Amino acid sequence: MFLADVVGNVVSPVQCDFLNARPLLLVKPVTPRDSSAGRARIAVDTVGAGEGDRVLVIDEGNSGRQILAAGDIPVKTLIVGVVDHIELNGEHTYNHGENHHQGAKQ
Amino acid sequence: MHLGRVIGRLVASHRYEGLSGVPLQLVQPLDSEGEDSGGALVACTVISSGPGDTVHYVDGREAAMACPETFVPVDATILGVVEEATNNGRVVAGMQRRDR
Repeated sequence: MFLADVVGNVVSPVQCDFLNARPLLLVKPVTPRDSSAGRARIAVDTVGAGEGDRVLVIDEGNSGRQILAAGDIPVKTLIVGVVDHIELNGEHTYNHGENHHQGAKQ
Repeated sequence: MHLGRVIGRLVASHRYEGLSGVPLQLVQPLDSEGEDSGGALVACTVISSGPGDTVHYVDGREAAMACPETFVPVDATILGVVEEATNNGRVVAGMQRRDR
């Protein structure tokens, strides 16, 4: 699993049936200290996450299929949790509430 | 799954038999700003995508599972055409961004 920030939506009306109009979000991997950790990915949302949320993402097929309780579908990147806060070596590096407050000020 | 743009088609008439009839296309991966990121790759497609389309594709074992024959040597498959992808409210990829 890895941490990522939800940066936006992906609208895809023409797609494989198995995706079944599930919400797709653009997520950008980040380290616990807010720096970028690789290229953005598209993830299937299973928890109701939205833009601005820091989320927990899995990028592994078997786990993904188990969560969706679907058969052999080609889905592997899923959002499985919304992060409330992160503490690293005793220091709070992320707080969901504060992050949203800052976003509102901008 | 990743964001990409179809930049071409590829024809390989002599190929693994389980892959016959599956179109191959060249995909340029995109980053969260909709800009090119890394080298292009060859992907199967199971939808009606074509050059110029922004798409999403899956890599790894799941790529083969999307194909009509699921035990085939494939590591990237296009799953859908992206009409719009946003980043902090800005449209970064899709039909609305035809500036290339």
